[in-house]
Amino acid sequence: MPGVEGFIYPNELELQWSVLIVLYPFITGLVAGAFILASLERVFNVEAVKPTYRLALLTALAFLLVAPLPLQLHLGHPERSLEMYLTPHTQSAMAMFGFVYLWYLMVVLVLEIWLDYRKDIVLKWRASTGVTKLVYGAMALWSDNISESALKLDDRIGRALTVIGIPSAFLLHGYVGFIFGSIKANPWWSTPLMPIVFLFSAIVSGIACILLLYFVTCWYRKVPVDMPCVDTIAKYLYYAFLVDFSLEMLDLIHRLYESDESFRALDFMVKTRLFTSQIVLQILLGTVVPLAILGVVQLVRFRHEVRRVLYVLAGSLTLMGIFAMRWNVVIGGQLFSKSFLGYTSYKMAFATKEGLLPAIVLMILPFVILWVLIRLLPPWGHEAGSARSHARG
Amino acid sequence: MKPSGADYTHLIRMAGLFVVGVTAFVLLRWLMVPADFGVYGHYRAGALKDNMARPVMFAGQASCVECHTDVAEVRAAGRHAHVGCEACHGPLAAHAGNPDGAKPVRPDPRKTCIICHTASISKPKTFPQVVPADHAPEGSCVDCHKVHNPKLS
Amino acid sequence: MNQDRRSFLGQTGKLLILTASAAVAWEHILAGRPEDAPNYTATDHWWGMAIDIEKCIGCGTCVRACKAENDVPHEDYMFRTWVERYVVDPADLDHPQVDSRNGGYDGFHEREVLDTRLKMFFVPKLCNHCAHSPCVQVCPVGATFESPDGVVLVDKTYCLGCRYCVQACPYGCRFIDPRTETVDKCSLCYHRITKGLTTACCETCPTGARTLADLKDPKDPIHAFLRDHKVQVLKPQMATGSKMYYNGLDGSVR
Repeated sequence: MPGVEGFIYPNELELQWSVLIVLYPFITGLVAGAFILASLERVFNVEAVKPTYRLALLTALAFLLVAPLPLQLHLGHPERSLEMYLTPHTQSAMAMFGFVYLWYLMVVLVLEIWLDYRKDIVLKWRASTGVTKLVYGAMALWSDNISESALKLDDRIGRALTVIGIPSAFLLHGYVGFIFGSIKANPWWSTPLMPIVFLFSAIVSGIACILLLYFVTCWYRKVPVDMPCVDTIAKYLYYAFLVDFSLEMLDLIHRLYESDESFRALDFMVKTRLFTSQIVLQILLGTVVPLAILGVVQLVRFRHEVRRVLYVLAGSLTLMGIFAMRWNVVIGGQLFSKSFLGYTSYKMAFATKEGLLPAIVLMILPFVILWVLIRLLPPWGHEAGSARSHARG
Repeated sequence: MKPSGADYTHLIRMAGLFVVGVTAFVLLRWLMVPADFGVYGHYRAGALKDNMARPVMFAGQASCVECHTDVAEVRAAGRHAHVGCEACHGPLAAHAGNPDGAKPVRPDPRKTCIICHTASISKPKTFPQVVPADHAPEGSCVDCHKVHNPKLS
Repeated sequence: MNQDRRSFLGQTGKLLILTASAAVAWEHILAGRPEDAPNYTATDHWWGMAIDIEKCIGCGTCVRACKAENDVPHEDYMFRTWVERYVVDPADLDHPQVDSRNGGYDGFHEREVLDTRLKMFFVPKLCNHCAHSPCVQVCPVGATFESPDGVVLVDKTYCLGCRYCVQACPYGCRFIDPRTETVDKCSLCYHRITKGLTTACCETCPTGARTLADLKDPKDPIHAFLRDHKVQVLKPQMATGSKMYYNGLDGSVR
C-alpha cells in the first residue's frame, strides 16, 4: 500500500487529524502565551513590558477568535457542533474545553480589554460621528461615566480579572495538552507531562509572537524600539524556554530509559519519518539555536542594533520551532500504527477543506483581525489619543 | 475617592448582557436537546432504535432449514454439519422472504470450495486442505464430493 | 344542567384527559423504548463474543459477510471486522510478521517460504465492545455509547465527525464513513441480535471460530468456553473491559 511501511491495522491508513488540528494548539498556545506576558505587567508589576500590554491583549483576542475555525473546517458535521454546548459529555476533555474556551473569551479577555480600554472608547464615542459613533457607543454600553472613581473601579476589577485570568490561561492551553495526554491508546501522546509541556511551549510561543509583533508595529509606526522592554521580554522568553526545553528533555530521557513496548516503534519513527520536523526544525533550529542566542545575549552586552537582530532571529526561530512541536505531536502521533509494527504517511493536500491552503489562510486571518482591532482600539499613545480629542474640543 | 452608584452603571449593563446570554443559552438548550436524550445514559435513546433499523441480509440457518429440511439432514450427517448455509450460498434473506421471486444463484464449486480448502501453511494442520493445482485440476469439486456432505461419493 | 348530563360530561372529560395523558406518556415511553423487536428486553442480555484462534482458517468469509450485511464501503482501508495473519519466529516473539491484505476480504495468499519452524495463525478482529470503553469516554457529545445490553453503538445523526473516538480506540476498529462523514464501526449486528439472530460474521464462519456470546444467559456456551480454555483479550494492559474473548491468543499478537 502506498506510503505504508510494515503492518498497520487496516483502518489506520488515513490520518484522522490533519494540519488544521496542528494549527489549533498553535493558535490557542499563542493566546495563552500573549496573555501571560500581559499579566506580567498587570499583576506582577513588571513595568518594563508595559508598552506591549495592550498589544498582547489584542493579539490574544484576535487569535482566540480564529481558534474555533480550523476545528469547524475539520468536523464532518460542523452544523452539529453546537451539540458540544447543548449535551456536553462531562467525561470528555474536548467537550469541557468548549466551556473553558467560552469562559476565557467572554469573561477574561473581552471583559479585561473592555475595562482597560473603556476610557478611550468613551472618548472616541464623544469625538466621532455617524456609524463610528454607533460602534463606539455600543462598545461603551452607552455609559459615558469616566470619572476618576469609575476608572479606579474598573482598574480594580481588571486587576482581579487578570489574577483569575492567569490560571484560566493555564487551563485554556493545559486542557489542549490534556486532550492529547489522556489518550491511553496512543503512547506518543499519553503522558501526564503533556499539559505542562503544552503550556510552557504556549508561553514561549506567545512571548515570541508579541516580541516580533512589537518590532513590526514599531517599524510600521516609525517609532524607536523601547530597548528595556524588549530586553525584559527576551529575558522572560529565555526563562520560559529553559523550562520548556527541560520538560521536553525529561520526557525524552524518560522514554529512552524506560524503553517500554512502544519505544522502538517511536524511536524508529523519529529517526526516519519525523527526522526533519523533530530533530532539525523543532530541536536544533527551533530550540537549541534560539536558546543559545538568548543565553548569549544575557551574558554579552551587544549593541542595540545587534540585540534587535538577534531578538528577531530568536523569536522567529522559536515560533517555527513551536509550530514544529505541534506538528510532531499531532501528526507524529498518527504516523505509527497502534500495533507498533508499521507506519503510514500523511498526504497533505493543497486546496481541499483540510489542506495547506486553508491552513495558510487561517494563519493570516488573525493578523487581519488584529489590524482591525488596532484601528478600532489603538494600543499605544493613549495620552496622544486624549490630547487629540481635547484639541477637537 | 469611593465609587458612587453612577460608577457602577456600565458594570451593571455588562452584567445584564451576561444574564441575557445565559438565559438565551438555557432557552436554546430547552428547545434543541432531543427529548429522549439521557433516558438510558448520555445519548439519544432513539439511537438504539436507529441501530436496530438496518435491513437483514443474511437470513440465518434456522430460516433455511425450515424449508430445506432434506438438505439439512444430508448436511447434518457429514463434516459440514456446522457450516452455515449462507457461508457458501451468500446472503439469502431476500430469498427467505420471497422464495420464488428471489431465487439464489448456485455457487461455483471451483471458487467457493477453494476459499476454505486451499492448502496454506498458515492454516491449522488438522483442517482438510488441498493444493488446487494438484488436486483434480480439470474437474469440479462436486464430481467426487457430495455438495452438502463432502464425503467421497 | 341536570345530573346525568353533568356526570356524562364529567366521565367523558376524564376519559379524554386520561387518554390524552396516556397518549403523551406513551409517546414518551415510545421515544425511550429500545425494544423495537418483540420480546427483547435489553437488560436481559450482556453481549460479547468467543473467538477461537485454533479454529480460524483465514478464509475471510466473515469479512465479506460483514461488508454485505452492514453496507460497509469496499475500500481496503475501512473495515468493521478484519482478519490478520501472524507469522511468528519462536526465537523472536517481539517481531511477528503480520499482514492483512484487504483486511482478509479475499482470504490469504499462500506464503512462499515454507519454514516449518515458524508459527502461523489467523486473528479475526473487530470492535471489542469494551465495558469501560475509552472511545465512549472521549466522545464530546454522546454520539457513541454503550447500550444497556453491552454493545457500543454509534448515533449517526448525532456524530460530529471530530474523530476523537478513532484516536482513543486502542484496537483500531473505528473509521470514518465518507458517505455520512460520521464514525462507523462494528455494531455487533445490533439489528440482528435484538431479533434473535446471530451476527453476520458468526452466522457465516464455517469453522465456528466466532461465536456470539450472551454472558447473562446461563445456558450460553460462553461459560464453558471461558472455563475450559486459556482465554485472553486484546491489549489487557489497557483495562478496557473488552468482551471479545480469544482462545489460543499468542503473546505476539498486537
